[in-house]
Amino acid sequence: MSHRIKGKAFVLGENIDTDQIIPAEHLVYSLEKSDEKVLYGKYALSGVPERESGLPGGGIPFTPPNAFETEFQVIVAGKNFGCGSSREHAPAALQIAGARAVVAPSYARIFYRNAVDGGFIIPLESEVDLSKEISTGDEVEVDQVRGILKNLSSDRQFRLKPLGDVADIISAGGIFGYARKNGMME
Amino acid sequence: MTITEKILARRAGKTSVQPGDNVWVDVDVLMTHDVCGPPTIGIFKKQFGENARVWDPEKLVIIPDHYIFTKDKYANRNIDILREFASEQNLPHYYDVGSERYKGVCHIAMAEEGFTRPGEILFGTDSHTCTAGAFGQFATGIGNTDAAFILGTGKLWVKVPPTMKFVFEGEIHPYVMAKDLILRIIGDIGVDGASYCCMEFAGDGVEALDMEGRMTLANMVIEAGGKNGMVEPDQTTFDYLDKRTSRQYELVFNDAGATYDSVRVYKSNELQPMLAKPHSPDNKATVFQERNQPLTRAYIGSCTGGKLSDFVAAARILKKQTVKIDTFVVPSTNEVAEGLNTLRLNGETLAEIFESAGATIGQASCAACLGGPADTFGRLNSDDEVCISTTNRNFPGRMGAKKSEVYLASPYTVAASAITGKITDPRDFL
Ligand code: SF4
Repeated sequence: MSHRIKGKAFVLGENIDTDQIIPAEHLVYSLEKSDEKVLYGKYALSGVPERESGLPGGGIPFTPPNAFETEFQVIVAGKNFGCGSSREHAPAALQIAGARAVVAPSYARIFYRNAVDGGFIIPLESEVDLSKEISTGDEVEVDQVRGILKNLSSDRQFRLKPLGDVADIISAGGIFGYARKNGMME
Repeated sequence: MTITEKILARRAGKTSVQPGDNVWVDVDVLMTHDVCGPPTIGIFKKQFGENARVWDPEKLVIIPDHYIFTKDKYANRNIDILREFASEQNLPHYYDVGSERYKGVCHIAMAEEGFTRPGEILFGTDSHTCTAGAFGQFATGIGNTDAAFILGTGKLWVKVPPTMKFVFEGEIHPYVMAKDLILRIIGDIGVDGASYCCMEFAGDGVEALDMEGRMTLANMVIEAGGKNGMVEPDQTTFDYLDKRTSRQYELVFNDAGATYDSVRVYKSNELQPMLAKPHSPDNKATVFQERNQPLTRAYIGSCTGGKLSDFVAAARILKKQTVKIDTFVVPSTNEVAEGLNTLRLNGETLAEIFESAGATIGQASCAACLGGPADTFGRLNSDDEVCISTTNRNFPGRMGAKKSEVYLASPYTVAASAITGKITDPRDFL
């Protein structure tokens, strides 16, 4: 996996809960059948109130109507991203939509674990809340090794916290890859 | 060490652990339901093979409860997947829909069936798995991948959480319920105030609570970002479990020198009936502050506020009254539903009290607590709904329509508000 992720940012506020990331009525589609799986991409972040969807202006759907994929690869959000239910469908939906990383000052723990252990999306911690520093649509580059998020549109850069112990799980692609690498399972 | 640290240390095979340590633990119980069970099974088969067997059928509990009484074909397919898996793996603890074994909401069923044993480790694919902390069990929610890993190996890694202690000193007013206590705490510390911490509840105020009250406290720790809830087991715990299980469990208590991340002390007699206003469980107000706010609906149910004692409380207020707004009563489990039909207050059953007040009683399940398919009982299908509810979450769209509003409150407050159609202090009716 490349340690750099470059793409457009999608900006959200604080306490984005998993009901907003993928509303409960959509949790019924199969994650194994490709024709149903794409629906998670279609409805990813569809529970976010309109004025808070794509800050600072709002009113920007993460996935355009009638599409299954997003043009945004990096989600930038305020504190406590992913709070609420334990549904793993949440990080999965973001990945299925095409996003690759989230950058937030803090995460709800179950979401964080799910994102890491399932190898869905990389949850990076910013040192400060970047949701006010970056605008939806800005071109950004996340460099995991150097721990930096660069806003290519404004030419500013921000520090990210080191991943710590979970870095090994992320680089193994999730808990199963990690367990195989370490001889815990075949 | 605290109880949480001691349980994790024991099951990691270590003499001690510290907050922040990452340890691999042996799992005592894994619980899953109809929303997360099927994808968990999918991952399990993909990773361990089509013919793989679960690590220990005795330790796996599957309780369908979320999308039960719906015509949604995908939701029904989920039940088929669980049923097939249970028969293929010969699982003793599967509680099938449509059978006599059907229970209802998993967290309450877990306690009824005696799976909430002190000193053990329970993981569940549902964030409110933390409810079982009321019994002194280390219990927390996980995702499908982690659950699939346990299915195959019986193990999982955990980061040891620091413990925050919440002490309630003195007697709690009779009109204040456990729900008011936890809403107060969440309002004080915020929806991430206990991020990745154990929230332990103590003091004579907590000791005086019955098991159902303690379950209400532990249930909502996740609404403050907590990893697990904890109440030190005592005679109340043992008496409950004696009726529910014959399995032995190890008793684990706090060490005298246990270190806490923080200790917050409440004087119980200063506590008021509380609310969480839309759209966040930490949007704190007292019921008095928001009195007269007009409502369109009242909802009594869920793993937080749909236990038998919650309905007894509601019935005390609704007896000989008439509701002014649509009022939905959803027993969490079939056992609770049976209680509605058998338990009497001055000669009338709880069900009779609710029905003659004009409330509608649904079938045991999660129902509208999490919105769900459009035909779900009690779901807020219109943006104009303003609901007062005994449930645990009021994030945007949680109970259905995206702009509908939800106030969280105790069963007393919800029942009193149903009578007037406005937010009402239960003291007006007690
Ligand atoms: S009743 Fe509500 S909170 Fe409890 S398990 Fe069901 S959906 Fe979750």
